[in-house]
Amino acid sequence: MESSRLILSLLVNNEAGVLTRISGLFARRGFNIDSLSVGETQNPRVSRITIQAAGDEYVRDQILHQLEKLHDVKVVEQMVLDNTVLRELLLVKVRAAPDTRGQVLDAVTVFRAKVIDLTPETMTMELTGEKSKLDAFIAFLEPLGIVEVCRTGVTAIGRGGYVLTQNEEE
Amino acid sequence: MRISGAQILMEIFREQKVNTVFGYPGGAVLNIYDELYKSADWLKHVITCHEQGAAHAADGYARATGKTGVVLATSGPGATNLVTGIATAYLDSTPMVAITGNVACNLIGRDSFQEVDITGITMPITKHNYMVKDVAKLADTLREAFHIAASGRPGPVLVDIPKDVQIAQCEFTPAEKETAPKAKPMDNAAVTKAAELIDSAKRPFLYIGGGVVSAGAGEELLKLAETIGAPIGASMMGLSAVPHSHPLFLGMTGMHGRYAASKALDRSDLIIAVGTRFSDRATGNKTEFSKDHKVLHIDIDPAEISKNIPAYVALVADVKQALTALNAYGLSHSDPEWLTEVRALMTAPDNHLTMDESILNPELVLKAVNKRLPPESPVATDVGQHQMWVAQYYSFEKPRTLITSGGLGTMGFGMGAAMGACIGTGLKKTVLVTSDGSFHMNMNELATAVANHLPLIVLVLNNSVLGMVRQWQTMFFDKRYSNTTLNRPTDFCLLAQAFGAKGLRLETLDKLDSVLDKAFSIDGPVVVDVRINRDEMVLPMIPPNGTIKDMILRG
Repeated sequence: MESSRLILSLLVNNEAGVLTRISGLFARRGFNIDSLSVGETQNPRVSRITIQAAGDEYVRDQILHQLEKLHDVKVVEQMVLDNTVLRELLLVKVRAAPDTRGQVLDAVTVFRAKVIDLTPETMTMELTGEKSKLDAFIAFLEPLGIVEVCRTGVTAIGRGGYVLTQNEEE
Repeated sequence: MRISGAQILMEIFREQKVNTVFGYPGGAVLNIYDELYKSADWLKHVITCHEQGAAHAADGYARATGKTGVVLATSGPGATNLVTGIATAYLDSTPMVAITGNVACNLIGRDSFQEVDITGITMPITKHNYMVKDVAKLADTLREAFHIAASGRPGPVLVDIPKDVQIAQCEFTPAEKETAPKAKPMDNAAVTKAAELIDSAKRPFLYIGGGVVSAGAGEELLKLAETIGAPIGASMMGLSAVPHSHPLFLGMTGMHGRYAASKALDRSDLIIAVGTRFSDRATGNKTEFSKDHKVLHIDIDPAEISKNIPAYVALVADVKQALTALNAYGLSHSDPEWLTEVRALMTAPDNHLTMDESILNPELVLKAVNKRLPPESPVATDVGQHQMWVAQYYSFEKPRTLITSGGLGTMGFGMGAAMGACIGTGLKKTVLVTSDGSFHMNMNELATAVANHLPLIVLVLNNSVLGMVRQWQTMFFDKRYSNTTLNRPTDFCLLAQAFGAKGLRLETLDKLDSVLDKAFSIDGPVVVDVRINRDEMVLPMIPPNGTIKDMILRG
């Protein structure tokens, strides 16, 4: 079976230890997490988690079913990628002496990034977008001298009426 | 009504109709024990010798009764001593609530005396766990814990209560009249698909697991088997779900399964798997296992469908509900030749392997026990060869009478579990079949059995070796008996007496009846040291990851 990228969206109780339960489940069942992002929703008692993982149909089914069994997990859904907006935030710091600064600023314009900090030696940018865009930006900056990279991991939301909702029976 | 956290715990026990708790006191549960002292008229607390014994006792209690077992321990080592017991319950889906004390909230995270992160430790071996830091949340958390433990696929839940939360007071509101939990509606399309699949099968085989026992669905299962003409084989956890004397019951399947059961499963065209998770011990080689037959998988846990063996059709439902729905379908009978073939397998000499009858052997001992023990009485085991012999030779006629650690395979499970089963069944005569290896692990609990005057017969099948490991060393390691020859000089009769129990020794076949009669005539705990041959094997055996073709029938 072919391994493919999975984006999972979860609504979970905003309780201590929830992340440990979820990451622990992946670890002990032998599934990998490529990225995970988490934040509060409009309801402070509920957090939303986006997990990017890879696996074939078997792994996907197991991940979904095992996650559903966790008491703190209220909703798990595999996002339909054609109908989902995916974003990731990148913060990147490069060496930017006066002679290379121009090249960096060109890239900032082309990628529609934003300069958020500047010192005589470094420049720091933020960029949001899909993974491939962030990867391309980093690849361009690489030869110029990257000092630090910080990525949030993918977060995802369905388009239009494609909404993650909690069953009311709970 | 303003009451303390410890009092709330008692109120919830009362609400949940808990009348027996197994446990061990300590610094972080003193307040709870103070309330137990005051509740002694309606709540029995059984103090064991070790928290592990208490956890196994709560587990055994739950297995024998179907009620949720409750165990109580203090913080730190008290809590960690529960871990094996909780994992055992988790792997066999036993409903259990474990209550632990912890240090006060302001001491948590400071490596305080007897502090341990028990919720962290037990996360992968509980259905869910909690640390309650606010007394106002205690009552509802405990109610939820009992609900989770017993609902769906049952399992253990742990609630960790810091000492200051036990002392703190809050307003307690008794639960409103409980509403019976509504069973989730079944997917009717799946029921139809399952029924059609069964109807199309010519040679169906019912493979049943612990889910049938826990759902109390033995009758429904037999009805289905009789309607469609399907033989029944069980995983070890599925033993006792239906009477073993039933003409369609073939016995255990799997690594040490019975010849006819394994053969019939292999020759079937449809495996109807009910309340089972296809453990590797039950299937052997998974690829070969699923060849040549379709699998209809009925289980309450959707995560079990196609986890180990791909299901052709799946029916996610409470087993009893699913079987009732299928029975209402008017299913047709299998090919008449199928049951003729199955009966031939049952009468085949290979299905009636016997041990050397000229000497005292485990088969004769267990059959002699079987004759004496009422069918309602629980039989507990430890883990190893003796456990397999019980599974092979004991005829269980009533559900919940086999108390054994299947998934985790916990040596040392037996003493605690037997006590829990004995107490849970209102002090029915209980037999623990164990071995010198397993019994040495937790024999301290004999003291608990004596203190509670339990009518318990501990049958130590004593071969002076770790028999199961030795068997593997014989078969797969060229007889290099690394650390399995114990030859411990322990005198089990003297040991029993030292604990205040009776001790008997059975060394030769001619004494079998007289010694067992004597053992059964004794009211309190009695240990019978049964000397058996160290090279006795558990057969048949399908080697790990093997198939029916690899079945070893004779040593």
